[in-house]
Amino acid sequence: MSKKPSKGGAPALDMTPMVDLAFLLVTFFMLTASFRMAEPVVVDPPSSIGQVDLPDNHIMVTIDDKGRAFFGISNSTAKMNALREMGKRYNVTFTEAQIIKFSGLPSIGVDLKDLPKYIDLKEDDRKNFQPQKGIPIDTITPNNQLKDWISFGGTEAVRTFEAAKIKAKESNSEFKSEKPRFAIKCASTTKYIYVKEVIKTFTDLKLYQFNLITTLEGGGTVIDPSK
Amino acid sequence: MAEISDSGGGHKGGKKRAKKQSTRIDMTPMVDLAFLLLTFFVLTATFSKPKSMELTFPAPLPPDQKVDEIKKGITILLSKENRIFYYEGQFRAADDDKGKKTSLSELDFSQDSKISLHKYLLEKNKPMQDQIKDLDAKHKKNLIQDSTFKRLVKERKANKESFTFLIKTDDKATYKNVIDVIDELNINVVGKYVMVDILKPEIDLLNEKIGSN
Repeated sequence: MSKKPSKGGAPALDMTPMVDLAFLLVTFFMLTASFRMAEPVVVDPPSSIGQVDLPDNHIMVTIDDKGRAFFGISNSTAKMNALREMGKRYNVTFTEAQIIKFSGLPSIGVDLKDLPKYIDLKEDDRKNFQPQKGIPIDTITPNNQLKDWISFGGTEAVRTFEAAKIKAKESNSEFKSEKPRFAIKCASTTKYIYVKEVIKTFTDLKLYQFNLITTLEGGGTVIDPSK
Repeated sequence: MAEISDSGGGHKGGKKRAKKQSTRIDMTPMVDLAFLLLTFFVLTATFSKPKSMELTFPAPLPPDQKVDEIKKGITILLSKENRIFYYEGQFRAADDDKGKKTSLSELDFSQDSKISLHKYLLEKNKPMQDQIKDLDAKHKKNLIQDSTFKRLVKERKANKESFTFLIKTDDKATYKNVIDVIDELNINVVGKYVMVDILKPEIDLLNEKIGSN
């Protein structure tokens, strides 16, 4: 700045590069941001040295510290189809609008009978929805809804995955998605028997491989031969 | 910044001055907004995908299949208040010709106490750890290839001579403890571990042990 700033006035500073950078970053974060609705429960998983990223394509069962189970599918097409199947199985009718709305919801923890009502609620009211008791996991009476959710969700997720794969092959584009995996997210303080019940539901369906979601642990030297 | 600064001499005619004017727009509000948005997106961005631990559960055996006795088995029992116990070998309700009645020894989750699970595993699994470390060193020096390394590690881990850890929990154990134990087993490169349902005599033994302390 060749010009001597006048007394009392603020020195003129060229902010253009800073603004450029700021907007670049804003654009970046805006484009990469993925908005999610708040989960019905917040669970705080324990820490571990597990290094495996949770696959994008997953079916997740969340268990909170009271033992309530919540169910979610990452793929929205599979989610919609699973809801249709569930509706047929339990004789609950969903309107097309409800099904579409459902695909945008995070994990759900209500009995299927209450689900139409739950879907129609406003987002703020969903948190206070009373019958949010978790998905029934009755292993004795034939009302193991979680089992059906997992079963339908699993089949639909695989079907969607296969369809996308074929489509990508036909159009010769690169196919990046992975096979759907089952994930269990559980709070540290949850009693293990609740988890065991959920795992039993999985093993009954002949599903034996899970990703247990944990947070990353800091410190310590680890020999990790798998990497 | 906020000014439209005139670079020309101040006191000349209006027309001349207008020509020399360099227009400067006040960018402050824009920058404010940009940084506000930036802060918002940075704070709401979920950077890291959640990490996870892969675990495979055993498929239930067909009812007619007989299970081999696990020779080098160590059973870890989890209970309330973060307490863990273990016993080695087969469970025995009473003394018999093969061995003594099973008694439980306590462990804890600390790193350096006398009964630390970490230290116990370190000691039990020393030969395996040395082997894996050895392989790891070789691998780092590029003496063996990636695929060979992975295969050898797998082979070592599946070694019949190494211990098999059975993890059992009673009704009061928390999920955190289960993960901690599995984690500790992973840290100590234990190749074979499995979650198993607890048996009634084991619960009794556990209750007896907790009650007596």
